[in-house]
Amino acid sequence: MLKPRIIPCLLVHNKGLVKTVNFKDPKYVGDPLNAVKIFNEKEVDELMVLDIDASAENRGPDFTLIKNLAAECRMPLCYGGGVNSIDQAIQIINLGAEKVALSNAIVNNPQLINHIAKAVGTQSVVAVLDIKKTGFLKKYEIFTINGTKATGLKPVDFAKQVEELGAGEIVINSIDKDGLMTGYDIELISKIREAVNIPISVLGGAGSIEDISDLIKKFGVIGAAAGSIFVFKGKYKAVLINYPNRAEKAELLKKFY
Amino acid sequence: MITLINYGSGNIHAIANIYKRLNIPYILSSDISTLKKAEKLILPGVGDFDETMKLFRKLDIKDTLDELVLIKKVPILGVCVGMQILGNLSEEGTENGFGWIDGEVKKFDVTKFMHKPHLPHMGWNEVDPIKKSPLFDQVISENGFYFLHSYYFSCNNESDILAKTNYGIEFASAINHNNVFGFQFHPEKSHQNGIEIFRNYANL
Repeated sequence: MLKPRIIPCLLVHNKGLVKTVNFKDPKYVGDPLNAVKIFNEKEVDELMVLDIDASAENRGPDFTLIKNLAAECRMPLCYGGGVNSIDQAIQIINLGAEKVALSNAIVNNPQLINHIAKAVGTQSVVAVLDIKKTGFLKKYEIFTINGTKATGLKPVDFAKQVEELGAGEIVINSIDKDGLMTGYDIELISKIREAVNIPISVLGGAGSIEDISDLIKKFGVIGAAAGSIFVFKGKYKAVLINYPNRAEKAELLKKFY
Repeated sequence: MITLINYGSGNIHAIANIYKRLNIPYILSSDISTLKKAEKLILPGVGDFDETMKLFRKLDIKDTLDELVLIKKVPILGVCVGMQILGNLSEEGTENGFGWIDGEVKKFDVTKFMHKPHLPHMGWNEVDPIKKSPLFDQVISENGFYFLHSYYFSCNNESDILAKTNYGIEFASAINHNNVFGFQFHPEKSHQNGIEIFRNYANL
């Protein structure tokens, strides 16, 4: 039986790893390759690495970093940040990443999903939707460029559109919950889960293993991604890379099965 | 010596890294004279069936591989799309596969699923060997392997199935016919279980 995935998400800023709160105040937490080595030892299900500088600086992906990460990873790797062409996506897959994440580029040009899916296969195309509540009515809206640029797009409508165009997975990234460690935005996740049939992963808000457990209990097979809980330890947020071991993970999944 | 067929598939480096760490000699090549000397082959694969077959056409090594596999009986292990192209055809496209194992690649039919699993089949799932094979020595079944695909290999001969996995339906996640082997999952991204598979293949 297919298991839910528990996915550390690492953010790259100025070539180092950082963790943000509400997409702001990046705090340095370590070196990317060193983190991958530790996550290898911990046998993580999958790893997501997002370069948060690339689109903001209007530059392409850092292929040297991707090459080094992919060669080191003994688990599947999803890479995102600055990807806006078919050739870049092909190059990332050829360097050994399993999946390429798209965000800003597909908001500007949704058809790009279709072209990239044709070149690398649907299973390797991930649409990342950065979402926050806006306006007087607190409606969900998709943002780009690290949460600074409003797009006017409604998450559920856009999720359906990216599925139709050939995305193989959607990552729901809650800007409002990022770094707060107070739990996932279940309302937002439910809306998108009901709307699409491709796998989804969710990011933003996980503050404990219980939050992940609750998520899996509610949604079954899902990608539970998180940043803070896998890089911080304790209430003073000391930097310490950690991940549930096999026994802890089995215990967590037991409640679900 | 393991020869990894270097036709442009991305997961070749991860497989090479595993052999490097295991201290097992390997070489990456798409050069006909090097391939002809191969003792054991690995056919990596990620992505689209037709795009993959087109890369082989461009390199013009299909006849060389046919000779190695069918006449010289050199062992070959296909991974993911590298397994799918061992078959005759795929619903994903119009190109012919190598046809070394009799079967067609089909898309999962979600209407036949009892529950509602999502496509692609993405993540860690169990692989149950239905035949005894030294390839699965030291593999811990419940730890599973990583899958990422929407199409599966449908064997025309049940006896070619080495292991099965359940995702809505039971499908062949590992196949074998004579010297030809295929894995739908990604052993190169499956931690210790995957390392054992590559070690076992080298020892075969």
